[in-house]
Amino acid sequence: MTASGSKSGSGWGSGSGTGSGSGTPGLSSASVSASASVEFRALRRTFGRTVALDGLDLVIAPGEFVALLGPSGCGKTTALRCVAGFERPDSGAVLVDGKDVTDVPANKRDAGMVFQSYSLFPNMNARDNVAFGLRVRKAPVAVRRAKADELLALVGLPDHADRYPHQLSGGQQQRVALARALALEPRVLLLDEPLSALDAKVRVTLREEIRRLQLSLGITTVFVTHDQEEALSIADRVAVLRDGRLEQVGTPAEVYDRPATPFVAEFVGTMNHLAGQVTGDHVTVLGQLLPVDGPVPADPSVDVLIRPEAVQVVPADDGPSEVLAASFRGASVRLRLAVDGGEVLADVPGHEAARLGPGARVVVRLVERPVLVAARTVTVPAPVIPADAV
Amino acid sequence: MNRTRSRGWLGALPLLAFFALVFGVPAVVLVAGAFTAQGRPSLANLSQSLQGGYLNAMIGSVRLSAVVALLGAVLGTFLAYAIVTSRRTLLREAVLTASGVLANFGGVPLAFFWIATLGNSGVVSGLVGLPSGSLYTFWGLALVYLYFSVPLMVLAMAPALDGLRPQWREAAANSGATSWHYWRFVALPVLAPAMLGGVVLLFGGAFSAYATANAMVGTVVPLVTLKIASALTGDVLVGYENIALALSLDMVVVAGLVMAIYLPLQRRTSRWLH
Repeated sequence: MTASGSKSGSGWGSGSGTGSGSGTPGLSSASVSASASVEFRALRRTFGRTVALDGLDLVIAPGEFVALLGPSGCGKTTALRCVAGFERPDSGAVLVDGKDVTDVPANKRDAGMVFQSYSLFPNMNARDNVAFGLRVRKAPVAVRRAKADELLALVGLPDHADRYPHQLSGGQQQRVALARALALEPRVLLLDEPLSALDAKVRVTLREEIRRLQLSLGITTVFVTHDQEEALSIADRVAVLRDGRLEQVGTPAEVYDRPATPFVAEFVGTMNHLAGQVTGDHVTVLGQLLPVDGPVPADPSVDVLIRPEAVQVVPADDGPSEVLAASFRGASVRLRLAVDGGEVLADVPGHEAARLGPGARVVVRLVERPVLVAARTVTVPAPVIPADAV
Repeated sequence: MNRTRSRGWLGALPLLAFFALVFGVPAVVLVAGAFTAQGRPSLANLSQSLQGGYLNAMIGSVRLSAVVALLGAVLGTFLAYAIVTSRRTLLREAVLTASGVLANFGGVPLAFFWIATLGNSGVVSGLVGLPSGSLYTFWGLALVYLYFSVPLMVLAMAPALDGLRPQWREAAANSGATSWHYWRFVALPVLAPAMLGGVVLLFGGAFSAYATANAMVGTVVPLVTLKIASALTGDVLVGYENIALALSLDMVVVAGLVMAIYLPLQRRTSRWLH
């Protein structure tokens, strides 16, 4: 799930640039600033009666790539805009390298931002867009031209400098926007769902290239997304937000394998909800006794949260369960199974799926490892299956 | 292929006939008359149209139109910006609807409206102590023309201002730009084609206006449209119809000159659109 796909596309920062060999492919040493830490301290922001941020606390280390992940309205974009200076929190503070920048105007902050929708200035070509910040700072024409060309080469568009935004594809526009965000050598890079308007293939290519660029520059990056696959695939750490609060922050593996709350478990990846009965620090589910991870609700009747890949499926002619449907997912196949009157999702390796077509009888077992439980929502061992899960 | 193309042209015939009738025929009559004096080809009418009172009227019209176009463009743009950025949609709709009505408010009713308000015996004149005759001057007429020109500019600019994306301002700020930088380098260049178009529209509207001026100032403020009417109707002297046609031709030339300035500017300011 967390593995990113194979590399495709033109690429940037991998030899396409004009760099000086400073260890940052494609970018001269002058373009690299020391990255900064970013801290959200008890950040609160309301819009009328809507609470967008409700005491957000998060510390991002210098050079770290952190994805703010959450559903629409969880406050992730508001948090990012607080760093950029476009939103002022009602209370709390934003610190960059330990310095409170809450009251610093947006045009004086040391942060480059790439917006969700295409925000290039339509009256300027790609070069002028990238050089805009330098023009504002009254840099000599030759300097800003050289810098803009260097950055355009870095993002893989050395031949597109004279093109206007409407002459560029969506992916190219976002690359130019990224180059523009980097033009003033910011210490923090803010990415506000920069891939959301792009088609699937370009998204994957671009996100990998963003990551490669971030690693080569070592710039602290905050990446807002509602796409959990995107967040898990490129971030050092993922911060999951819900209703303006931080639910969990951790590495992609931690968030996926050890979700701190049922919400995180549900939001990140697909989760089976199976009816279980808690006894002490164990829970009985599908006839198996598994250790419970985390807090246990007062009521011993619980939902046991099981990832599809934690469900083992063995073909057996007289097995009690049945395969209802199978969908190909590249290296794996997702099965929808009828188990004890309910349905369970299971991911099995592709090579094992040959004998697991619809109608096949099977035995279902759960991987022996600690499981997360939540207050009961199901009465039979039926999972809550998202419509697009199979 | 050729047959298909010729059939295609057949479809355009009604439009071409209409165009020839309402534009072509008058243009031919105008040009022919302007170059005819006492039944013979002559430049006398054109020569006379560029002298004395006629020349003053032409200069007055150009001046008035330029003032109205520039003031109207500035005021209209500010008003359009105010309503476009207003959070009150009702206010926005009300102003846009009112602009649609007022932009078409002209002629004698408009003159009467202002005379009754700010004329010598106007309702407001007495209240504010306006000196007698203030309305019947160049600037009085400019004010009246602005009454329909500003709403026209609002209508021309509102869609363009709507097209300014908030992200551009934020992206500019993110690049270290102040509000001035944003307007200087981004917003105004983006708005320039619409603004130029609006200025030309306002200039043309003021340059060709007749009824309002005739009802308000008569001959007090020299305007070329009033001179044309006077020559055509033979108010003072008869036999000056062809002078009127020469003055009309002068107007066409002035309009052409305005377009000659406008088009390259428009092309330059909108080159990023193509």
